[in-house]
Amino acid sequence: MDAVCAVSTAQAQGAISVVRISGKDALIVAGKVFVPLSGKRIEKMTGYSCAYGNIVDKNGETLDDGVITVFREPHSYTGEDTAEISCHGGIYVTERVLRLCCENGAEPADRGEFTKRAFLNGKMSLTQAEAVMDIVSAQGELTLKSARLSREGRLFEEIKAVKARLVTLLGELAAWADYPEEDLPQVEGSAVLETIDECMSVQRRLVENYDKGLMLKKGVPSVIVGKPNVGKSTLLNLLLGFERAIVTDTAGTTRDLLEESVRLGDVTLRLCDTAGLRETDDEVEKIGVELARRRLDESVLVIAVFDGSETPCDEDRALAKSLDKNAVVVINKSDKSSAAAVEEYRRLCAGLAVVEMSAVDGVGRDELEGIIAERFAGFDGEGAALFVNERQKKRLEMSIEALESAREALLSGMTLDAVTVELERSAEQLASLTGERITDSVVDEIFSRFCVGK
Amino acid sequence: MCNIADFDIAVIGAGHAGCEAALAAARLGLKTVIFSISLDAVANMPCNPSIGGTAKGHLVREIDALGGEMGKAADATFLQSRMLNKGKGPAVHSLRVQSDRTRYHLYMKRALEQTENLYLKQDEIVEIITDEGKISGVRSKLGTAYGAKAVIIASGTYLKGKVFVGNVSYESGPDSMLPAKGLSASLEGLGVRLRRFKTGTPCRVHRRSIDFSKLEKQDGDEKITPFSFENDKPLENKVSCYIGYTNERTHKVILDNINRSAMYSGQIEGVGPRYCPSIEDKVKRFSDKSRHQLFIEPMGLDTEECYVQGMSSSLPEEVQLEFMRTIEGLERVEIMRNAYAIEYDCCDPTQLLPTLEFKSVPLLYGAGQFNGTSGYEEAAAQGLVAGVNAALKLKGEEPLMLDRASSYIGTLIDDLVTKGCSDPYRMLTSRSEYRLILRQDNADLRLTETGYRAGLISEDRYQRLLDKKVKIEAETERVKKVNIAPSDKLNEYLISCGTEKITTGTKLSRLIKRPQLSYRGLAEFDEQRPRLSDEICEQVELNIKYEGYIAIQNEQVESMRRLERKLLSADTDYTQIRGLRLEAAEKLNKVKPLSVGQASRISGVNPADVNVLLIWLKAYKKGENNGGAD
Repeated sequence: MDAVCAVSTAQAQGAISVVRISGKDALIVAGKVFVPLSGKRIEKMTGYSCAYGNIVDKNGETLDDGVITVFREPHSYTGEDTAEISCHGGIYVTERVLRLCCENGAEPADRGEFTKRAFLNGKMSLTQAEAVMDIVSAQGELTLKSARLSREGRLFEEIKAVKARLVTLLGELAAWADYPEEDLPQVEGSAVLETIDECMSVQRRLVENYDKGLMLKKGVPSVIVGKPNVGKSTLLNLLLGFERAIVTDTAGTTRDLLEESVRLGDVTLRLCDTAGLRETDDEVEKIGVELARRRLDESVLVIAVFDGSETPCDEDRALAKSLDKNAVVVINKSDKSSAAAVEEYRRLCAGLAVVEMSAVDGVGRDELEGIIAERFAGFDGEGAALFVNERQKKRLEMSIEALESAREALLSGMTLDAVTVELERSAEQLASLTGERITDSVVDEIFSRFCVGK
Repeated sequence: MCNIADFDIAVIGAGHAGCEAALAAARLGLKTVIFSISLDAVANMPCNPSIGGTAKGHLVREIDALGGEMGKAADATFLQSRMLNKGKGPAVHSLRVQSDRTRYHLYMKRALEQTENLYLKQDEIVEIITDEGKISGVRSKLGTAYGAKAVIIASGTYLKGKVFVGNVSYESGPDSMLPAKGLSASLEGLGVRLRRFKTGTPCRVHRRSIDFSKLEKQDGDEKITPFSFENDKPLENKVSCYIGYTNERTHKVILDNINRSAMYSGQIEGVGPRYCPSIEDKVKRFSDKSRHQLFIEPMGLDTEECYVQGMSSSLPEEVQLEFMRTIEGLERVEIMRNAYAIEYDCCDPTQLLPTLEFKSVPLLYGAGQFNGTSGYEEAAAQGLVAGVNAALKLKGEEPLMLDRASSYIGTLIDDLVTKGCSDPYRMLTSRSEYRLILRQDNADLRLTETGYRAGLISEDRYQRLLDKKVKIEAETERVKKVNIAPSDKLNEYLISCGTEKITTGTKLSRLIKRPQLSYRGLAEFDEQRPRLSDEICEQVELNIKYEGYIAIQNEQVESMRRLERKLLSADTDYTQIRGLRLEAAEKLNKVKPLSVGQASRISGVNPADVNVLLIWLKAYKKGENNGGAD
């Protein structure tokens, strides 16, 4: 499939972000990601036309709503069919839209790739071309540099180790195929299967770490929830260390979503204070509540705040019930809390991490920070290089797919030549990440490990 | 001085490369002369008396599919035939025969003699003559000049050949032939860079001195597949081979004397092949192995000589005898020809175009061991390509260039001219990334049309190929459409094959896809099946069974070919391209790739460099077009 995609707006918090998909099959990809409310098919849309609709994932669940703009070749920046999806700003949402595009066949674009394509499609002059060549070569240098840097990194080591295992296996298979008359150890199907499974599990883990890595780089999307006036903004300010939100004693003061980066130990939280979750007639506040709900859905870390000085109301009970095990519970106002109320909250939130604190005077802050830091300890400093980027993730996924196919071939009783071709396809994806060539390494492997030849 | 005779093409050397080159050139209508230091050494097998083997068998079938001679010669003179790797999958099935060395030589010599436009001449060529920088002929050791517009070097291991046995060494070609001594200097004078490679061969022993009762017997296949797609005669095995093993005592003799081996005493400067280690190498490098395998192979029907595969050595003669006699079954062995190592001049193949023409010397071609390869089959494949291209160029026609996805021949040549080789290059199935589609069974389907267009395939053979293709396609389509209804009989059969029964009508192709079932086995449940030849049935079955894998490989081929179509000019100076890294520019200047695809396979050229090339290419083309319009 020929399509590349990238976030074309700045990687920052903004009102909207644009994900651009370009290439011969761009509209096919867009059609899988974006469903116009009009029911019109994206592939049928004419150039320079827009549609409003939903961004949906593979299970048909709506991720966001937005507007798609279609450009037909050659009348686009790149000169190819292009779709631009405007979604709601927010790094996390935008990344998820981008990932959705990748899952549907688009390749993540290299830096300068849209410009490169624009040039290749004759959209630029000769002088502009030289500038583009500079960008591309700079990008090459950058890649090399980062590869060099990550050479000591664990990601590089891990990928190299998996690749080495596959090359060893491929060497055995190659020697077995190319030297049928030598007395070499028999290649056993069970050993092949074992290697496939082990390589697959390492790669799966690396891919799963992608989300963690993304969060590490960009911050863990977090949200503070609770009914109005339990001290959410005070807590945010406490964690930030300065006053940011408007804090008054009147319930419903916070109507916008405020996002701030908070560094707790090695973890960065992209912390969001929300309007209190309550039924309201105030139109403006209603929007705030709606935003809070959505943010709640997107968040990885939920800090639920309760007022320890009051016994739980229905709203508190509903919130407690909705929390999943990743939530951290703060029972605030410990300076004036009642033991019975605290007991009741603890019962409602059984099984969850609970901190009693007083956000006003900072009591309990260290404990809260400790819990959060521990929660995300899986990806602290040492693992920094362990997290894959979009391109690496795509390669790993393609590698896993080839391994799955090799596994299936092996289990269904296909001949080993077919299995070998799939294993090689998998190893090639990994080699492209370590900058090697598989056929050469396999040939070297045969002669260094086996005593073969007349 | 005037020429004794004038030719279009002169081929220097009549080994496996030279013979195919000369035959192809002459068959394309060019007046061709082929020189050999001895006419008794035409198409000689100075090493093992065998043709084919893993990946090499693929090469032979491809040579045949393109209209070459090797497959026919091998079919006509074989002693035993085996399809290797049966059970490991169709991609790695490889045909290998034991050959009658003398009869093979005689067959090929006669093939040369009987070809129109072809002149076989015993002479040593010492000089390539040029006229104002253009090739005009060759000169022999006796001073005779022959006019030629194109020259193909196929000098094998003769070029400055030097033989080593223990601490004894002397100038020699293989099998005690004279070496070719003058030509190297002439080539270097033309700017060709040469280097030294080495190879070796084991001893030949007398049949009567072997106790076969102590060895394992190995027979040929019952049903023999010929190399040539044109062969429909019944074929028959005539001999058996035998397997034996070295032991700890053998290894001790070798290790005790290792410093007396020419290889280990530092006398040999040439680089030896990794895939063909001497017994000294095997014992030294793989000291944990308590035994190494060896094969006793008859040299021919008219001789008692036997070849001992696996025991190549450059130890002194008396040590050779001593270690050979430690082997069970060879206690009283009588060596007729001793093992030796041989060192020779060859070129760095990155100086060549994929047509095997030297980039810096138009109409000078290289083929075979001279290009850094090893093996009769690798040599013959290159000879064919060099011969065809020399002829096509003189006729003013488009060159014959085979890409990696077309064939093992294309893979071999691309590896040589793009990556070069640091030791003698042997073909392996693992060198091809497209091996599920480059099978030995479909070489004709892949290449015969190319051979036809080049002019090497008769109209009659081409029509037969087209007919075969149509039948395969029609039957593959039919098998995908035809529905097989469940029946007790069928289900009984399915269960007996170890697979699940069916409850509803099922496409025949789905059943064939089950590893336990075959196209042939399901014949009785497929009532409308037409009568088809074995070869066609085989193709239909493979098309269906490997459909998914073949589709993936075809996709890989398509993406490879996209870059292959972006052509680069040979006079490009890559150091002038902005944005290209210095290392990449230097490598590109050395290889001067013909396409961005080829450039991407050069080590030291990274993906960003490839992008820069693509952009530069576009800018350059655009500038050129604009210039043209003005």
